[in-house]
Amino acid sequence: MKQLFGRPAGLTDVLQRYCPGCGHGVVHRIIGELLVKLNIRERTVGIAPVGCSVFADEYFNCDMIQPPHGRGPAVSTGIKRTRPDCIVFSYQGDGDLAAIGTAEIVHAAARNENITVIFINNAIFGMTGGQLAPTTLPGMKSTTSVHGRDIKKQGYPIRVCELLAGLDGPYYLERTAVNNPKNIIKTEKAIRRAFQNQIDNKGFSLVEILSMCPTNWGMTPVQSTKWIEETMMKYFHLGEYRNRAKEEK
Amino acid sequence: MAEKKLMYGNHAIVEGVLAAGCRFFAGYPITPQNEIPEFMSIRMNEVGGEFIQTESEIAAINMLFGAAAAGKRAMTSSSSPGISLMQEGISYIAGADIPVLVVNVIRGGPGLGNIAPAQSDYYQATRGGGHGDYFTITLAPNSAQELYEFPKLAFELAEKYRNPALILADGLLGQMMEPVEFSEQVVDPSTLPEPPYALSGCQGRERRVVRSYDLKPGKLEELNLRRHAKYQKILKDEQRFEAKLCDDADVVVVAYGTCARVCDAAVRMAREKYLKVGLLRPISLWPFPRNILAELAKRVEDFLVVEMNLGQMIDDVKLATDCKSRIHFHGRPGGAVPTPREVYEKIDNIMGGAR
Repeated sequence: MKQLFGRPAGLTDVLQRYCPGCGHGVVHRIIGELLVKLNIRERTVGIAPVGCSVFADEYFNCDMIQPPHGRGPAVSTGIKRTRPDCIVFSYQGDGDLAAIGTAEIVHAAARNENITVIFINNAIFGMTGGQLAPTTLPGMKSTTSVHGRDIKKQGYPIRVCELLAGLDGPYYLERTAVNNPKNIIKTEKAIRRAFQNQIDNKGFSLVEILSMCPTNWGMTPVQSTKWIEETMMKYFHLGEYRNRAKEEK
Repeated sequence: MAEKKLMYGNHAIVEGVLAAGCRFFAGYPITPQNEIPEFMSIRMNEVGGEFIQTESEIAAINMLFGAAAAGKRAMTSSSSPGISLMQEGISYIAGADIPVLVVNVIRGGPGLGNIAPAQSDYYQATRGGGHGDYFTITLAPNSAQELYEFPKLAFELAEKYRNPALILADGLLGQMMEPVEFSEQVVDPSTLPEPPYALSGCQGRERRVVRSYDLKPGKLEELNLRRHAKYQKILKDEQRFEAKLCDDADVVVVAYGTCARVCDAAVRMAREKYLKVGLLRPISLWPFPRNILAELAKRVEDFLVVEMNLGQMIDDVKLATDCKSRIHFHGRPGGAVPTPREVYEKIDNIMGGAR
């Protein structure tokens, strides 16, 4: 009998502790498949974040390191510079990358560090229980903005792709989503490109992925996918924000 | 004889680090250690290593975490405020049992303080420094020669015990020029073996994970206890010190680094007056050379601790001597350096002045 579907060799054979409807599992699978398809699993070092996906060091079937909150791009730099033949990816959430780790991501991008960054934007702090994130939308409720994000006091969300596109350094920046099959396929293409750029020594590549957090949004998984389409995408527009490959053509 | 050069202490560190086969430096400018990254940027380029001027000390220590977890010798240098910023990373590195080398060229504090030499980071260095139960191996050189020699020793100890190592210098040691003999056997980095934890891609082996967390019940306690056993072994086997004229001494001065140089002169002044005074210089601040102090305390009634702070190492002297002797103190905080005359007068005072 021919097996048509199974767990990719890029993921370990353990139960992933994500909530029903969470987007992390989808993105993990894409990466796990690409580690095999691009034949890089055995030379990859992954960096887990702090947050719900802190356990990524148990889930990706490759060498992994778990650094302090927000410091993934700095740790990636240390690994990539000393082992340039390794493929290094940093997997980060919005608190990790756009709050506490803002300096590290901006400077890794400015140096055009030859690494791949997978950035999960679900507009909320997941693991700590639904607090305001740097990406929480204006008016959006969180456990530290119970009446909704007040832009007068809590300021505006940070659009990471647009922010980094203001730098000359990065080679590739794209925002995608994993709320429906079409967008998941696009996300797969973007992540593939982000890894391929590193394999080709092109430089810093980041894919920002709009991802569901039904638990902390107080929605069902289906409502969450719709909310991304109808609300999140109005603020965080999908698309390529930098692609030097096209400029080089 | 090996080649000899007149060098700044800060430049001597650079040569010592490269002689140890380290090819990765990440750091952020801060006085009084700027000569280290400046000279390192030139020398690292010459030897084909990586030099990164980072956006912050936080980034620097985390780059070290990455490079060292990848199995390579990696170092950074900074001064007090910058070392405070690195404590988060040092705690994670200690929690992941990864060896790195951090050099602290101490300046006056707290806060921005000043840029003058000080020893006010002794507690921070010898009590772990960041959050959690951990210690860092801490060496205190007192000359440009030792600034050149200690990086290799620090890497060897760090790797032997899989633990971060610190070198504590100060603004004076870093900035003064002294002859340095290039006595160390130069290490070719390609001859260093790949450590068992090295992240390098899992080809032909099980995947490896470097991390400082474990949420499984009881597991973190187990890890901490295992680390505690390691610390006990370091405390037992790695105490380093220099004892001068202690055999017949009635008073033993205890000082390290710059203070030990000052006290060395003060002890010579005292000996010229036929006062029986010795000098005990801790070289490893953690592990503190408690055994020799305990031994001396059986006979010596007076110890004089001299520090460029308000009294930090004095606690370790009291613990080591079990408070059996009288422990006197002379300290200068805020970037002030004691003079040999000051220390001599303190000795004279302890000995009753009439002798």
